[in-house]
Amino acid sequence: MATTLPHKDVAIIGLGWTGSILAYELATAGLDVIAIERGPWRDTATDFPPTWAQDELRYGVRLDLFQRPAQSTMTLRNKISQTALPVRQFSSFLPGNGLGGAGVHWNGMNYRFLPTDYQLRTHVTQKYGAKAIPDDMTIQDFPMTYEELEPHFDRFEKLAGISGKAGNLNGQIQPGGNPFEGPRSAEYPNPPNRQPYGATLFAKAAAELGYHPFPVPSANLSQPYTNTLGVAMGQCTFCGFCERFGCGNYAKSSAQTCVMPALVRQKNFTARMNANVTKINLDSTGKKATGVTYVDDTGAEFIQPADMVAVCAFSFNSVHLLLLSGIGQPYDPVANTGQVGRNFAYQCTSSVLVQLPKDTKLNPFVAGGAVGTVIDDFNGDNFDHTGLGFIGGGVLQATSTGGRPITQISAFKDTPKWGAGWKQAMQDNYQTIYPLGTQGNVCAYRDAYLDLDPTYKDPYGSPLLRLTFDWHPNELKMSAYITEKLAGIGKAMGATRIESAPRTGPYTVVPYQTTHTTGGAITGDSPSNSVVNKYLQSWDVSNVFVFGASAFPQNSGYNPTGTVGGMTYFAIDQIKSQYLKNPGPLVPA
Amino acid sequence: MRFVALSNPRVILAAALLGAGAILATHFAAAQSTPPATADAQTIAAGKYLVAAGDCVACHTAPGGAPFAGGTVINTPFGKLLGPNLTPDQDTGIGGWSDDQFVQAVKYGYGHNVGHLYPGLPYIYFNKVPVADILKIRAYLNSLAPVHNQIVADQLPFPFDIRALMIGWNLLYFPDTGDYRPDPSQSAEWNRGAYLVQGLGHCAACHTPKNAFGGDKTGQEFAGYIVDGANAPALVDSTANGLGAWSVDDIATYLSTGHNRYADAGGPMASVITHSTSQLTSADDHAIATYLKSLPGNGAAPPAPVAPNDPQMIAGMHIYSDECSACHMTGGTGEPNIIPALKASPVVAATVPDTMTHVVLYGARSVGTDAAPVASAMPAFRGVLNDQQVADVLTYVRNSWGNAAPAVTPDQISAQR
Repeated sequence: MATTLPHKDVAIIGLGWTGSILAYELATAGLDVIAIERGPWRDTATDFPPTWAQDELRYGVRLDLFQRPAQSTMTLRNKISQTALPVRQFSSFLPGNGLGGAGVHWNGMNYRFLPTDYQLRTHVTQKYGAKAIPDDMTIQDFPMTYEELEPHFDRFEKLAGISGKAGNLNGQIQPGGNPFEGPRSAEYPNPPNRQPYGATLFAKAAAELGYHPFPVPSANLSQPYTNTLGVAMGQCTFCGFCERFGCGNYAKSSAQTCVMPALVRQKNFTARMNANVTKINLDSTGKKATGVTYVDDTGAEFIQPADMVAVCAFSFNSVHLLLLSGIGQPYDPVANTGQVGRNFAYQCTSSVLVQLPKDTKLNPFVAGGAVGTVIDDFNGDNFDHTGLGFIGGGVLQATSTGGRPITQISAFKDTPKWGAGWKQAMQDNYQTIYPLGTQGNVCAYRDAYLDLDPTYKDPYGSPLLRLTFDWHPNELKMSAYITEKLAGIGKAMGATRIESAPRTGPYTVVPYQTTHTTGGAITGDSPSNSVVNKYLQSWDVSNVFVFGASAFPQNSGYNPTGTVGGMTYFAIDQIKSQYLKNPGPLVPA
Repeated sequence: MRFVALSNPRVILAAALLGAGAILATHFAAAQSTPPATADAQTIAAGKYLVAAGDCVACHTAPGGAPFAGGTVINTPFGKLLGPNLTPDQDTGIGGWSDDQFVQAVKYGYGHNVGHLYPGLPYIYFNKVPVADILKIRAYLNSLAPVHNQIVADQLPFPFDIRALMIGWNLLYFPDTGDYRPDPSQSAEWNRGAYLVQGLGHCAACHTPKNAFGGDKTGQEFAGYIVDGANAPALVDSTANGLGAWSVDDIATYLSTGHNRYADAGGPMASVITHSTSQLTSADDHAIATYLKSLPGNGAAPPAPVAPNDPQMIAGMHIYSDECSACHMTGGTGEPNIIPALKASPVVAATVPDTMTHVVLYGARSVGTDAAPVASAMPAFRGVLNDQQVADVLTYVRNSWGNAAPAVTPDQISAQR
């Protein structure tokens, strides 16, 4: 028997980046806000002190900060004709859990998508003709433009204290930055990080080849900073424990570091931890949410009434909740009907191992998650795709995030996997093998989607989410092309040996690739092509908003957080200025 | 029952004080009983501000208790006191007190129906506050909801529970000089700061050394003291053992926010900042800083630093690199507003290393304020470092980057485990 709790103005599901920003903005606007988070409370100083947080076994291997399959998992298949099986250990992607969500363990690469990424279908059609888009490729335009989002990107970057160098300031190309980026209204709030040796060699080689290297726009701060909420942050110490770890130096922008200190001072904000939302409740019309139901860690069930519900979970968990709650019509790829679950996308990564001359000392342990150098010359439509047979591209990066002993030892394929041979190879190569990588876009396809699994259930008796996904020729061709370009840079770095590993099919969930899963609750200009409008408001239930990368119609080659942050502030602006005064659809259907 | 031998020096002291007091007249007899007047909102607001300036919450609001309903434990070298109930409850608060009786208590340490108060109520400093301001405080307290909460304030052991002892004590340590008198040679801002520091702020209660009887040591105002196992650092303008490295703005920022480019407030000062100085106007915090910055150091030369090749220094340097430098940085600079600097810090280089020992063993949490919300923290090292290692690393930080302070011994560490 569920206990009904006192009414709140807003119930937020998930307390990561988007949930904490929304909670702060609405609590300071005077609303009574509750955030309900499946995982535990976390605090920068006490959960991640640098005296013991650099524990690779606990965090890097045993995945302490992540969603556990016992809480909920998903099933996976490559093709519609197959029967999906449950993911029993997250590996290819690692959804977050607890306060801060995936924003705790991210590396901190903070990009804005290219202006053309927001109008992808229109741009490709105009430039290369409609035939450049295969029939089964369901890419579509975002309903908002880069120009509309620009002030909101800036706002997020100033919240997070991003360290970088502008490449395009109000239309003026700036030396040292990314010349391909959209016009920025302001410099980054902090200067770029100093570059480790490997990234310096990469930058030199890339520049010699005529490319445009620039330092990664980084949420690992280059200097002490006080953000727009008055929150003090520290400076990255290049400790090399960033991806999969929390940062106790206050140096990696995350919800618990950048937002929570200011949010917890708001008396009209409540956080409910270790509480799993199982359903968004609707009234008898099915057009209005009345609140949420959640189960706490004792198994007790509660109903939290609220006027507005914001879904701020990890991208595919948000989609799962919409499907379980009966909000919107589930996508059916055969009949090609419905929207919820449609256009799941991922990213297509590859690697190039570069062996540098024997006396090189890379000191790979001097590293930060987003400390490194990249080129954007082969991302998006920054290069001519005529005759290439694919659209899109990716970043080519020298961003070695550490030299940790268990999982970050680079080795060529012919290295023995264990024993004296392996040990000797480690001794010989630790200072000389440099891993380069690509991160490429993934387009949306009719047969890449999320729905409810017909067989497997979660601990609450609800169907698991089912992911149907495989690589398509566009992405594999793209990966082959940009991986070869990357190997060219490796050669120019003076490599004595190069081993390229472009992505090959089929998609497998086993090796870690990237946690940048997107789509399933995509944004669009009509209920006929999307789940949410441009302000991330459900077309079907107007007092439900769905934040995060689930709104991307397809994925680009960039890390998604900067774009998610910009879209979040863009939506919040409209919620505060319009929706709160007059609750109802912000865009006519 | 406790048997106290007559040879106990504390008893002899008590008897002497009692004797001294008995032959002296007091000026408390004239206190008259008039009912308090109802105050306007402006007066109440002014009183609320003065209550913040006096940090009355610290002793009169128990953790989790109703505001000003009393019950906070105040540990003194002589025993335990409980902060009384200041709400206008007739039976258990001060609702039955006249304004005059309230003034007698705050300004002269004489409590209605109680007799002489202990200087846990810092009337020796509040003595400088004009009656008009004290009545505004009363007006604010009168505006609170009455809370029935019986407090037995005096929990002191014999002989200190004899309140008449205070007659003699007052004679020795309570000059009763009356209202603060501005120094015409100083600016209005300096005088405002001096009034707040010497009067309501009662900063000397913690920051001025005390003699064996708990009185302020004359000639050593704001020279620093140890309160409840924590260093209350010297507030004088001396780089060796005071605030010399801090500018007026640094001091004011610290008072307003709990943080500045050097330090992050923790321990008892965190409470002062939360309930008092962060509630004051920036003009008043700046005035306090202006006054403090004018306090001269004693001119004493700092001790010679421990030599860098001392075995403790070498061991300490390695421990520092391993355990401390990730946050406090290799040069001991810390990070502004979150990680304290270890160089040019009056707490780090204090002669008695008690705060540092406590922080290293048990960790610390700084204070979050509206202006600087990050309540940064330091982990505890008692399970990581043994006594010798803590002594070594403390010796190292107390004698690096321009710091100079006596070496720390393992015995000093084990005493605080």
